[in-house]
Amino acid sequence: MWRFDPDSFRASQVRPGVIVVAVALLAYPLIATNFFIFQIGAYSLLLGTVALSLMMLAGYGGMVSLAQLTVAGFGGYMMAIFGTNSVDVHGFGWPWWVLIPSVILASATLSALIGAISVRTEGIYTIMITLAIAVAFFYFTRQNYAAFNGFTGFAGVEPPQVFGVNWRAPVPFYYLALAIAAFFYFAVLYGSRTTYGLALQAVRDNSRRMNSLGYDVTAIRVFAYFLSGLIAGTAGIMLVWFNGRISPGSISVSVAIDILVIAVVGGLRHPIGPFIGALAFVLLENFAIDLIDRERFNTVIGLVFLFIIFFSPDGILGLWERIRPHLMRKPNVARSDGARK
Amino acid sequence: MNKTLNRADALSLLQSSGQYALELEAISRHFGALVALADINLSVKAGERHAVLGSNGAGKTTLFNAITGDFAPTTGRVRLFGEDVTDLPAYERIRRGLRRTYQISLLFENLSVLDNLYLACRGVSRNRFALRRPRRDDALMASAETLAAAVHLETVRDTPVGELSHGQQRQLEIGLALSGAPRLILFDEPAAGLSPGERAELVDILNSIPSHIAYILIEHDMDVALRVAERVTMMHNGRVFKQGTPDEIENDAQVQELYLGDHHG
Repeated sequence: MWRFDPDSFRASQVRPGVIVVAVALLAYPLIATNFFIFQIGAYSLLLGTVALSLMMLAGYGGMVSLAQLTVAGFGGYMMAIFGTNSVDVHGFGWPWWVLIPSVILASATLSALIGAISVRTEGIYTIMITLAIAVAFFYFTRQNYAAFNGFTGFAGVEPPQVFGVNWRAPVPFYYLALAIAAFFYFAVLYGSRTTYGLALQAVRDNSRRMNSLGYDVTAIRVFAYFLSGLIAGTAGIMLVWFNGRISPGSISVSVAIDILVIAVVGGLRHPIGPFIGALAFVLLENFAIDLIDRERFNTVIGLVFLFIIFFSPDGILGLWERIRPHLMRKPNVARSDGARK
Repeated sequence: MNKTLNRADALSLLQSSGQYALELEAISRHFGALVALADINLSVKAGERHAVLGSNGAGKTTLFNAITGDFAPTTGRVRLFGEDVTDLPAYERIRRGLRRTYQISLLFENLSVLDNLYLACRGVSRNRFALRRPRRDDALMASAETLAAAVHLETVRDTPVGELSHGQQRQLEIGLALSGAPRLILFDEPAAGLSPGERAELVDILNSIPSHIAYILIEHDMDVALRVAERVTMMHNGRVFKQGTPDEIENDAQVQELYLGDHHG
């Protein structure tokens, strides 16, 4: 039976900075316009949550998967097919309390299946095989009209009215996205110090040794994909509600690579990294056109990606960790910041 | 970890049961045209301390890999405590009491010493997938702390392994191998790269391993190997060349010529 462990809670690294950020995030809708609440705030949280599922796999498990958006997209399609949509294709109208858990579980199962296929590879080969899966799913949805309605996809996919709240309205949607992002953020943070979390990191460090300690390395890796699928699937539901529609373009390779860029730019060493990366990405996506043509956006994000990788392989988070000691250094006082390696 | 005082009696009792910790039957391993192991027959009794010696390329580490299941032998059978494990994956053999260390330390460098030992203890117990944090009063965490003391690493137990010295990493390798009630441990050159002081510490640790645990030691340092082993197997070109007690091996003319050199004396 689970019992509260104060030692473990203290180890969760709840610092004053976390509280300040939490208050700022909660108060954000009070000062922001609907555009900033919905298009910037909520969208950053959703992309950050998808990227968090990648961070969990790559940062803790050493498995860089380009199929996380595929899992999220699968969740979105399932919502459209088994829930309601406005294109008169499928839309079985399952009640939300059956539909949502089913879709999350189905997404996690798909993710575990992708894991079962790809965990026997490592490094660049994992990237290639998950990229192949992402491309295959993209073309499958585009060409399959019987199940996925082909090129058109589905529109009119909206969140249910629960507790009398219109969850598509900017403020409720923002808080829903924030609650989900915070839940998974803390779950991943807590999970990194659980027995399974330690085992996953140990597999990343040395899978052969883990095998020789009695662990089934394949099972550990596949379970990581399953857990990351819970995150990506939930984010997929939110994304389809955010856009109100889903089509093959929503899960194209370029968007899948955006997720990788977000995770890497933010930083893969800590669960906050993907959210930082997502915010940077969304801000650039929305405001870079004030400086350059819309067509040049990929050039800008590519340059930012190169800049970050060149100066800080650990992303913006790593950059901050390098700058922070200089900002916080007190004259003539030696200090150890205790940052995790 | 205290050495049992009546080791001879305990060993006698164990071995009188007739149980073998390990039995290798006609093991061979080919890598294409290269024959790394050829027709190896070897038995190690429960509680026995056995050294495997041989020059580089003799097939010692390949033999360990065949025993642990890191790769399957081309032919032959491996039996652990009477059970045929030839077709079992490595982790299943570990759960039957087999442990090993590696010639080059294979550790979890970003985790602390205690986390490494805790995972080693957890690997052969239940709840390997537990989604909760180990508590300070967890029995396995207590075992990990005991192991840290046993391999003289209690002062660095919270240090990330990547920051340990080479000698400390070798000690941790042994700690991992001692975790979770092992019955047979394979030590692959545990003294490699150690200073004379660290080697003495290593011999202490090896001698303090409880009597019921058998081990096989690959070691180039004859002083270490012959001080801890009760039986010795000499390998050459992938074959068993000679077997005997440390004295017999040390005084064997062919062994001296092949391995110890003409000047040994």
